[in-house]
Formats: sequence, C-alpha cells, structure tokens
Amino acid sequence: MTQDAAARAEELARAAYGRLLAILAAKDGDIESAEDCLADAFVQALRVWPQTGVPDNPAAWLLTVARNRRHDVRRSAAHRLSDRLEDLAPGDVASHDALSVAEELDPDAIPDRRLALLFVCAHPAIDPAVRTPLMLQAVLGFDAEQIARAFAVPTATMAQRLVRAKRRIREARIPFVVPERGAMPDRLAPVLEAIYGAYAIDFPLVAGTVPRDSLAAESLYLATTLAELLPDEPEAHGLAALIALSLARRPARGTIDEFVPLDEQDPTLWDAALIALGERHLHRARALGRMGRFQIEAAIQSVHCARATSGVTDWRALRTLHAALVSIAPTLGARVAYAAAVGRVEGAQAGLAVLDAIDDDAAQRFQPAWATRAHLLAEAGRTEEAVRAYERAISLTTESGARSYLERRRARLLGEERVLGERRHSRTS
Amino acid sequence: MRYALLIHYPQPPAISLTEEQIAEGKAAFHAYAEALDDAGVLRSAEVLQTVSNATSVSVKQGKLQVQDGPFADTKEAFAGIFMIDVPDLDAAIAWAEKCPAAQWGTIEIRPSGVRFVDGAWTSAS
Repeated sequence: MTQDAAARAEELARAAYGRLLAILAAKDGDIESAEDCLADAFVQALRVWPQTGVPDNPAAWLLTVARNRRHDVRRSAAHRLSDRLEDLAPGDVASHDALSVAEELDPDAIPDRRLALLFVCAHPAIDPAVRTPLMLQAVLGFDAEQIARAFAVPTATMAQRLVRAKRRIREARIPFVVPERGAMPDRLAPVLEAIYGAYAIDFPLVAGTVPRDSLAAESLYLATTLAELLPDEPEAHGLAALIALSLARRPARGTIDEFVPLDEQDPTLWDAALIALGERHLHRARALGRMGRFQIEAAIQSVHCARATSGVTDWRALRTLHAALVSIAPTLGARVAYAAAVGRVEGAQAGLAVLDAIDDDAAQRFQPAWATRAHLLAEAGRTEEAVRAYERAISLTTESGARSYLERRRARLLGEERVLGERRHSRTS
Repeated sequence: MRYALLIHYPQPPAISLTEEQIAEGKAAFHAYAEALDDAGVLRSAEVLQTVSNATSVSVKQGKLQVQDGPFADTKEAFAGIFMIDVPDLDAAIAWAEKCPAAQWGTIEIRPSGVRFVDGAWTSAS
C-alpha cells in the first residue's frame, strides 16, 4: 500500500507537475513559492495516501492541498497589504474552495496552463542561457542538481541561475499568458529554441562522464506537448518531428568513444516507432502550409530516415532542403551542411567552392567546416591538403569518439590504418 | 605550440563550498584532464591551494620583503595551470572552452615563450 502510494505520487509528479505548477504560479508569478507549496503537497500525499488510499482525482487533491498551503503562507506574511485584503474577503476563500470541489468531481476540469508557463520560461526578458533549464524545472519538476549534471555545470551555479530567473519573473511581473496571434511568431521562436536546447545540449565536457542525450527524451516530451497545445502551429509540429526523427537514429550512432557517422549507420537499428511519430508530426506541419526552419530540418532528417525502407539516400532532395535551410536560417552549421550536400550531388570541387564562399571568420575555428573540407579534399584526390585539413579538424575536436573517427579517416588517406590501429591498441591496453 | 591555460576564479571566503560541490569540481577537473590526456595534448596540470596560503617575496626596495597573501588582491585569483601542446590558438580556445572552471571563472590563454629543457633554453613553439 505504502509502495503503491509512493509509486502513484511519483508517477503523478511526472505527469501532473507542470500542470499544477502552471496553475499555482500563474496567480502572482511566484514560481518559487508555488514550487514550495507543491513540494509540501507531495510530502503530505506520501503521508496520507497510504492510510486513506489514493484519491479519485489525485491531481485535484494535490492542487487543493498546495493552494491551502499557499494560503497559509500568505496569511502568515501579514506585513503584505494584499494579504490583509485577501484575509478580509471571505468570499474569495469560499469561491476558491468551491472551485477545488468542482475540480475534484471532474478530472478534466484542471485547466492546462502549461502553454503560458512555457512562454514565461522563454520570455524575451529571461536570459536565453537559462530558458531551457527553467523549462526543465518548472514543467518537468527537475531539481537543480539533475539539470546541472545534464549541462555539466556546478550545481550551485545552476541553482543560482534558476533562482535569479524565477525572481526576475516575479519582480518584473512577467505575465502568465499565451501571446495573441499577432505576437505569436516572435514569441514562439524562443520557446522552440529552448525546447530544442534540451535536445542539443552542447556538453562542456566530452569524456565518458556525462551521459550524452540524457535530456533527449524530455525534449521530445516538451516538443510533443507544445504541438498538442498549439495544434495549428506548423513549427511546433516541425520541432516535434525533428527531435523524434533525430532520436530515432540514436541507437545506431555509436558511443562517446566510437562515433558512427550517419551514412555508415545500420538503419535496422533505427527506432521505427519514433520515425513514425516524427513522420506524423511532419505530415501535420506540411498540411498547415507555412514553411519554417524546424520543418526543413525535420524534412532533412526524414530523407535520411527513408534509407531504412528504400536502402538509398536521396542526396538531390537533401541538397534542395539544405539550400532552403540556408536561405531562411543562414547559420554557419547550415552553410557547411549545404556544402557537404552539394559535394555529394555535384562533386567535391563544387562542394569546396560552396565552402570557400563562406565569408565568416568563425569558420576558421569551426570544427565541422574543417571536417567537411577534409572529406571533400580527400574525395577530390588532393591528398596533401586533405591531410592538413584533417589535422586541423582533429586539433579542434575535444570529443574522443569524433577525434578517433577523423584520425582513422586521415590514416586511411595515408595508407597507415594498420599502423595507427596498433598504436591505438597499445595505448588502451 | 605550447600554451598555458591560466585558470582564475573567485577564492574562499568570497565563495563557500560544500563537500559535495568540492567533489563535483574535482570530478569535473579529473574528466577534463583525462580528455586532454586522451587527445595527447596535456603536458602538465596543477591546481593550487587557495590564495590565503600565498606568500609574496620581493627585494625590489633593496631589502627582502616577505608578505602574507597574493601579490595582487583581486576578486578572481590565479588558481591553477594546464600546459597544453596544440597546433594553434584556435585549438587552445577549443580546449579552454571545455575547462570546468570556465563555468565559474576565467581562463587566460598565454602562448609559451621559451622554456628550460635539458640544460638549455629552447623556443617553446
């Protein structure tokens, strides 16, 4: 019984946490206090449920307890004028309780305000670096230590950043509302970025200590939740599709120490259910008829995943998609990927010409630019230049798996694969 | 080319750390040193005791002066050094970015000038 109640509370914590927190925090924008009251409610559930059994609507039970707790906290803070006014208005308290009762009768009556919470977490006034951690905490209930570990940041540093962001939300009174249609495109973009950020964490450390992709499942959950809450936003579906399709290939991607590039992956290892989920979201996005960056990136992933059934990669389609991506989101990464696609379709020289046309000094320090250049030079038969490009790419690679992959490619070029293999073996033994 | 990654961060008592936080920092530095070693670029690594254990010595004024504490009292103090051997500054920046202390302090990259090896000064590059 106790275990049942504990397991149930645990399960609820995951499923209902964001919903409950969104409701509790919306009233005065105080996420910290809402977190405290919700935590108290979970503690009380663990104490009471083993004796009374799990209530019919546990989420409503938790919400009522958390609200009462919050009310107690407010009442004790008598120095605040607003609290005194609230104390003097018994009608307010009564309606509060009536609402709680109504919610207990109908499980669906708990409104889903998570969308507003997501927009608060990715509000323009919040530091972009803290938006993803804030979402993980407010919507999924992760504690600072778990988030810090995923981002390879000291716990104290992460906790401080989160507290600062939550205080800012409260002090600046960032509203818990869903932006209206006109403001939606501008406000949606940072929400999408922050959710994607949980998928594409750029780990500061690369040795075997940090579990890579550890938050990928959470980012997929956030993305599919966003797509459910905003069913008519094509980019929300595009992001869900992108994450599902990228995640589908994870089992074939090798380990931290043994990197397997996309075109050498075994497609039978790809996750068919995730591919199907991604395709459904991509289909839905297309039907809405407004193109966007995440949809194009998802379409690129979709073309790669199609190899699982067709056995071939449609590089012409990829070149078109990469060109489209560069035209709407000309990041350094997009331009380098376009060069690689051009190289596949039109030959290495054409790919190198695209690379050479990138007029951005940052490309000199950009590892993917050098890795791509090395591959293209090798293909063009310009061995000496290719070896130099590989060396430069290797010097910029701090991740051991990717580095040994590049070392193998360089060694193959020099016809020294056997020698290098022996050296690697002797170093690890 | 040899580069010194000079690590600077706030010192106690400006910051107070729990046992867990210290263990966390040690684990991060260990993984970092291993990653550098694995890449074959690490030459030496040393993390120093806190600046409150520093002693500064000078004969600048004509007589010996021994002083408690660091020579410059700054908010972020010198705390450790990683000597690495990488092809160029861009590679050094790539590694400095991954240093755990970059999360809570500053990494100063200084190219080595000359060094004393086997009884002679040699160019470091």
